[in-house]
Parts: sequence; C-alpha cells; structure tokens
Amino acid sequence: MSWTQVAYRYDGSYAGFLTCVYEAYVNREAPIDFRPDACPLCSLYPERTVVTHQSHAKRVFRSFKEKFGGPGQNMVSRGFLTCLEDKELWLWRFIQLGYEQGPSVTKHLADPTVDRVRRAVQHLNNEAHLLTGFVRFSDVGGVLAGEITPKNRVLPLLRPHFCGRLSTERFVLYDHTHREALFAQPGRWAILPVDDFHLGPPSGEERAFREMWRAFYKTVSIEGRCNPKCRQTHMPKRYWGNMTEFQTDLPDGLLSPEK
Amino acid sequence: MELLDKLTILSDAAKYDAACTSSGMDRPGRPGTIGSTTAPGCCHSFSADGRCISLLKVLMTNVCVYDCQYCINRRSNDLPRATFTPEELCELTMGFYRRNYIEGLFLSSSVLVSPDYTTERMITVLRLLREKYRFGGYIHAKAIPGADPILTRQLGLLADRLSVNIELPSQRSLALLAPEKGKQAILAPMAQIRDGIAVSRQELRLSRRAPRFAPAGQSTQMIVGATPESDRHILSLTQSLYDKYKLKRVFYSAYMPVSHSPLLPAPDGFRPPLQREHRLYQADWLLRFYGFRAEELLDEVQPDLDPRLDPKCCWALRHLEFFPVEVNRADYEALLRVPGVGVTSAQRILTARRVGPLTFEGLKRLGVVLKRAQYFLTCSGHPMVGLRVREDGLLRHLLALEGPQEQSYGQQLSLFDPPAPPLRRAL
Repeated sequence: MSWTQVAYRYDGSYAGFLTCVYEAYVNREAPIDFRPDACPLCSLYPERTVVTHQSHAKRVFRSFKEKFGGPGQNMVSRGFLTCLEDKELWLWRFIQLGYEQGPSVTKHLADPTVDRVRRAVQHLNNEAHLLTGFVRFSDVGGVLAGEITPKNRVLPLLRPHFCGRLSTERFVLYDHTHREALFAQPGRWAILPVDDFHLGPPSGEERAFREMWRAFYKTVSIEGRCNPKCRQTHMPKRYWGNMTEFQTDLPDGLLSPEK
Repeated sequence: MELLDKLTILSDAAKYDAACTSSGMDRPGRPGTIGSTTAPGCCHSFSADGRCISLLKVLMTNVCVYDCQYCINRRSNDLPRATFTPEELCELTMGFYRRNYIEGLFLSSSVLVSPDYTTERMITVLRLLREKYRFGGYIHAKAIPGADPILTRQLGLLADRLSVNIELPSQRSLALLAPEKGKQAILAPMAQIRDGIAVSRQELRLSRRAPRFAPAGQSTQMIVGATPESDRHILSLTQSLYDKYKLKRVFYSAYMPVSHSPLLPAPDGFRPPLQREHRLYQADWLLRFYGFRAEELLDEVQPDLDPRLDPKCCWALRHLEFFPVEVNRADYEALLRVPGVGVTSAQRILTARRVGPLTFEGLKRLGVVLKRAQYFLTCSGHPMVGLRVREDGLLRHLLALEGPQEQSYGQQLSLFDPPAPPLRRAL
C-alpha cells in the first residue's frame, strides 16, 4: 500500500478511534501511530489531529457488521477495551484484514494479527469473569460500594452481570486503574469518569459481616491440603488488595491489606 | 452462642465436602428479586488449600444420630455442636450474597433426630430464602438418604442442584465403616432425583411455567484412599453413575485422617493421596468431555492410574497404532485423543483449518501444548521438523516434561549401603 504514513492524535474514545479509521480510508492514509490527546510525546511522522465525528464513527461501526459479521464487530469493540499495547494499531491491522477477507477473518486463528487481538480479548473476558467473583461490596448506608484495580477496562462487561443480579440494590463500583465508576440503581445505570474514590469507615453491621466472612474463609480451608501455589494460580495476588478476606479492619475504621 | 461461633463450627464441619460448584444453570436476574445464576458457574475466592469457594458451604446442624467411622461429625466424636435457626441462616446468606462474597448456599446437614425431620428443616430454610427473601441465586442441597421421597421432591423444587454422597466406593466398605447406611438407601434417592429431573425436563418442554426440579442436575462424592478399592473400580463405578444415573459430576475427596478408628488408615504419618485424587479427576474429565470409557483407561493388568503420567498420555503410549493423527484431516473425536490437545484447542483447530492448512507454528498460536502433542501429530503429512524420537524413548521424553519426579521408583546404588543378602539364601 503506497498510502501516506501519518500519526493520528485523537480524543481516546472509541468513537474517536472509529473516526480515525474513517479518515484513514477517506484520505488514503496509513496510520503508523495513534495517540490520545493527553499523551505529551510527539512523533517523527507527520501528525494529524482527528476530531471525533459521531455519524462517521457510526458509519464505520455499522460497516464492521456488514463486512465481517457480528463476532468480528464484537471483537473490535472488545479489543478497544483491552490493555494490549498499541491496541489501536493492532485493531487497525485487524480491520484492514477484515475488509479484505470478510467474515472469515475471525476464523483465521493462526494469523499473527488475529491471534494477537483474540488473545487480548480473551484476557479481557477472563479478567471480567474473574472479577464477577472477586468484587467485594461494602454496605455504606444502604448503598453497596466496591473497588477494583483491573488491567483491562472491564466495567462495561461487568455491568450487565451486576445490574441483573442486584436489580433491587443501588451500588457503585469504582475502577482505580481507569478512574471511572459504574453507578446503578433499579432500572438505571451509568459509567462515568470519577477522579477520586474513598470508602468511609464501616458501620457495626458491616464490620460484623466482614468478620464472619473472614472467619468462614479461614475455616473452610483444610490444613492437611494446604497449597498456596494452587490458590495463587487461580486467584493472582494483584486482586487480593481489594478483597475483604485479605484485609483487616483497623480500629480507626480504615482498611489495611494483610501483609 | 454468637452467630460467628456457629458459622465457624458449622463451616468447619462441612469443609470435607468436595463439591463447591455453582454451574449448570442459567437464570438471569429478575426485577424485584435478588440473585442470578450463570451456566459456567463463578468462583468467588480460593481458600489456602487451592479449592474454589463459590457457595456458603455450611451444615444446618452437626448434631448427628449416625456413627460413620470416616466422618468427623460422628456421634461418638467429642466436638462442639451447633444448629442454625432458619432465620439466622437466611440472614447470613443474604448478607454475604449482597456483598458478592458468595454465589449462593450449599446446605448440607447431619442427621438430626431422623432423616425426615432433617429434610423438613432444610426445606423450611430454602422456602424462606426463595419466598420471603426473594433469593434467585444458586442453591445446592444435600438429599438425606432415608428421607421420605415426597420431602426429597420438595427439596429439589427449591434447590438448583441436589446431591447424595456415595462416600465409599464399594458395598463392603460401606457395610464395614457406615453400617447405618446401606447401598440401597443411597441409590434410591439418586434414582428418584434422576427420574424427577427427566420428568421436569419433559414438562418444561410443554410449558415454561412447569415446576423445575433440580434444574442443575445432581452430583455425588467418593472418598479415595480410606478403603482398598483400586482406581479401576472407582472409575468403572463413576462411568456407571454417569451412564445409569445421569449425574452431572462425581467428586473425589482424598481421605483426610479425622478418626482413630482401627478400621481406617492410622492418622499418624498418613499422607492424603492428593496425587491419586488429581489423576482420578483427570480421568474423570476424559470420561465426561473426551469420549473415553473407563474400560479403555484401565484394565485387569493395570488396575491403577500411573502416578507419573496423566491418563491420556498413558492411553496414547499403549495405543501407538492410533497415531500419528493428521491435524488437517482428523475428525474431532480423534483430535481429542491426542495428548496436549484439549476441548478448546480441538475446537479451534476445526475453526482455523476451514480457512487454510495448519502448520506447527499455527498450532502453537491456537494453544495446543506442542511439547506433548508434537510426538503424536503430523501437519499436512509432515512430522515436526527435527523431531527424532523412537517409540521406546517416548515414555522418557514425556516423563521429563512432568518435571522432577519423586524418587519412589528405583534407587541409585551406593557404595556404602549395607551389602545385599547373598542371592542363594534369598532364593
């Protein structure tokens, strides 16, 4: 392809990325790099700022379904939520492949690009599945509040699970890595950027439930079968910081992770 | 007694039950209720022994009228005893569930007064949970052998999964160690649950409002290592349970010494057969997902699973005439028999080879474990480049992959060992 090589600067949103794809095809440009607005680095390639255009983005999004089917569209959308390094570039290559090959692109599992994107999406899905179990809520005056520190942006994937399950509850789930929070109440929800989040001191009832859960966790393990390595394989340590069973309530109402 | 103490006593008493799965049932949350279940299940934590914690696993009571030798709650054991009231148990379950600590409740019980009385109390708890607290999460309930079939049916209508534990894999061991329980008393509720599930499935096809009886199926558990049964015996029993009783799962539990009974292995110096349990689970997966039969894996000549190698590799080594398998042409069943190829990678092979021929490099990307599979596969007729292994070297190569082995077979000779007895006298 003899298209001009450029580096795109966009606002970091999914619609922004789709607008970049639109611009690339309209202007016959081959993106060599994608940078969010906030990124201070500059590129050696000619740089162009792409302004997000909702209807262009929608057009590109619709074309995914037409050209490479529902699973392909899903793969691109989920791929954008992953923590894959240079995810935009990999997705751009995947989209090009998709436009060339049609719906069979998702079946090309041995292709390096498809493989990279599939693995990243699998990582995202796995993390979201693990977190459906590892999230811990605290009852703060009738509202449930929880914190997570995931690698991928899992909130959009966790949302249907928790909204369906806790349909009568009001709850907040804060993502420390990406500084956004899921707010939900019966029948309504929103994922909004939130700069800072702290849990208040627990009430007496909350404290009692935490104590009981820790007691249960300790009791249910069989000493004769102790296998910490197995536990760590199933539940990597990076999740432990936000889990009640590994925290202790300090007298001043704060939480400290267990050493 | 404080609720915390009760919880400690009754979860301590329940922990030897291996089953803690929340799978087999997809029920989305409904407005006005709390809770949902997902078909693959969900693990909420992992305890220090590496087992998943998915359900709040407790006994309703650990007061028991029976005296089974292998059981920690036997009548003659000196233990602190406790009993939950139905309200306490419901409050606890809902409190844990709202905080996302658990996926649901695993309710088992020792036999208080009589099997009927115990089952009635369990039904009270489950009814409160489902009707008063509008709980839609997962419930696994133990059917008590010897209870009235009408009560077992009521239990199954409230729970998602039922289980009846076989505990000991043969009638002789059962008669020896648990004289109050008979084989018939265990198999009768199993058959009842199987029939109940079949009828309920049929009714649901006619009307989706039909009552659901144990929609997530039934499971059972066996203790391994307490009695002298061979792996072959255990696996054939498992196979017949899957065939005849349509079980979802059979769990194996390595025997933990909890009793000084002269009928059981002495607790001092006894190591639970964890490796054996692991191999049994591997074989169990082969039965359920890989199309193997118990009689293929073990026979009279070899009644026990090899501790050194997994059962699939062992089968492959005994059936070298089946290999090599051609990746680009073999059917799904043949691919599943290759060591290093699992259900996921076999399905990926089927998908990927529709768009072009697969190479060994491509197989690696699909997640095939080539270090095992390379000996048994060809890609477009060619074996892996640089692979030179004769049939007799295969076992050594596969063993090397398992990592350092315990020195249980063979010993290195030493100059300083006491001299061996002269051959003639030994003869």
